[in-house]
Amino acid sequence: MITVYLDGQPLVMGEGLTVAAMLTLSESSIARLSCTGQPRAPFCGMGICQECRVTIDGRRQLACQTLCQEGMHVERTV
Amino acid sequence: MKNHKTLSCDIAIVGAGPAGLAAARAASVSQRSIAVIDDNPLPGGQIWRDGPQVSQLAMAKDYRRVLSLPTVRYLPGTRIVASLAAGALLLEDAQTSYRLDYEQLILCCGAQELLLPFPGWTLPGVTGAGALQALIKSGASVAGERVLIAGSGPLLLASAATARAAGALVSGVYEQTDRYQLINFGVGLLRWPGKLAQAFKLFSTRYRWRSHVIEAMGDRRLEAVRIRQGDAEAVIACDRLACGFGLVPNTVLAQHLGCSLEDNAVAVDRYQQTSQTGIYAAGECTGVGGSELALVEGEVAGLAATGKVEQAQALFTHRAYWQRFARHVKEHFGLRPEIRRLARVDTLICRCEDVALSVLAEEQGWNAAKLQSRCGMGACQGRICGSIARELFGWSLPEPRVPLVPARIETLMACSEKDMS
Ligand SMILES: Cc1cc2nc3c(=O)[nH]c(=O)nc-3n(C[C@H](O)[C@H](O)[C@H](O)COP(=O)(O)OP(=O)(O)OC[C@H]3O[C@@H](n4cnc5c(N)ncnc54)[C@H](O)[C@@H]3O)c2cc1C
Ligand code: FES
Repeated sequence: MITVYLDGQPLVMGEGLTVAAMLTLSESSIARLSCTGQPRAPFCGMGICQECRVTIDGRRQLACQTLCQEGMHVERTV
Repeated sequence: MKNHKTLSCDIAIVGAGPAGLAAARAASVSQRSIAVIDDNPLPGGQIWRDGPQVSQLAMAKDYRRVLSLPTVRYLPGTRIVASLAAGALLLEDAQTSYRLDYEQLILCCGAQELLLPFPGWTLPGVTGAGALQALIKSGASVAGERVLIAGSGPLLLASAATARAAGALVSGVYEQTDRYQLINFGVGLLRWPGKLAQAFKLFSTRYRWRSHVIEAMGDRRLEAVRIRQGDAEAVIACDRLACGFGLVPNTVLAQHLGCSLEDNAVAVDRYQQTSQTGIYAAGECTGVGGSELALVEGEVAGLAATGKVEQAQALFTHRAYWQRFARHVKEHFGLRPEIRRLARVDTLICRCEDVALSVLAEEQGWNAAKLQSRCGMGACQGRICGSIARELFGWSLPEPRVPLVPARIETLMACSEKDMS
């Protein structure tokens, strides 16, 4: 099991999940707010739509193409 | 620059799906140096996507072995930012940027889903059909959730099977094509017995034809879906809607490299060579046709790129068999006109810049649309709204712009101006 911090809150999970999959374990699977303030969640699941972009350890990355690592800090783009 | 490296190889292969792995395997026999680049953290492409909830097929494991050969450098989690002048690509992963020099290039970029707009399609809880399957394979939890699957094509049944195996309650699979087409499709499958067996295995009693989504409803997240089934309408409460209208070849990189397209796919000759000498293409970026076709095309490309012409020719008959299957699928899952009219005036077309249909419907093409609304100028660079505008308004795909994907400033600064073509 590994621990990942989502907006500062620890989440404990098995290994090998993508950050997009990890979002579904939290209360809401939202990744970002759109430019007009609408909530958005991973949509294409394969690195095309960019709806899943979040900040991972200080860098903007795609949640659907990043694997969770022990101690990783993920911030939603809100 | 600190985090910039220069690499070189004889053959660069973009994509580690079935086509890319088959190309690498065929080319590796010649002892040439190979680089395989893929933006996913794990190999396998779409059909062989790996993850915590996947028990991988023996065949997929076998093909993946090529990535650990000493002559093969595998670059996972790596994006192509631009093509540089004279046989070089600018790449970036989460830490480092690379200049990769190559002699020959094989594009195995696969396909993306055709994701068409309908009211409510931007609500969290709505995904593509293959997208839901991909998310589940990557570890998303859907156990006990009420899932509805809709759109068009054989992928709907595959996605439903994955969701069910992960403990979701699949309340319906809604296919837009009609019964006559489906029966003909099924009968036609007798020519590809393996595919027929697969269809039987995946078939669901919840499969409905001539039915489609009208709208997704909910306040800040999906709560229900309005469905049209034949001539009747129904509202069905659900937690997830997975909706995709088939696949479209992924041609952005090929367009950027100046390769010609034909029928919205990368055009290739008998040896899988594109209109640019030394650049080959294989798999679904050259036309959607399933993994069997992707494998044989990849093998032909890998052999041709290493001068093994006769061995490549020996595969042509087998390739033709799967090309016929590709045509068979295409003929029976054509979109009915009402599917292109699901969006309402206030439905967003561009999800990056939140541009509604009413704004775009007045424009004549991409240039005017971009000037008026920033449609297609956002993070996805028109990859979602580009295929929508093609389906809805008949516009051709927007010209790819550099950087091809959002990239770090340091990556762009690592190459000199004369490098950029
Ligand atoms: C979401 C989805 C789910 C699918 N599920 C199934 C299924 O369950 N069963 C089935 O029979 N078929 C499925 N298909 C169809 C499937 O795509 C093909 O059968 C098969 O995977 C095609 O192989 P390929 O090698 O051509 O492409 P893919 O398998 O798509 O491989 C292409 C690879 O290249 C990478 N790539 C593309 N462009 C770039 C770039 N510019 N830089 C770096 N990397 C890049 C992609 O991320 C991907 O890993 C699915 C398709 C999609 C889109
Ligand atoms: S879900 Fe579309 S890019 Fe990640």
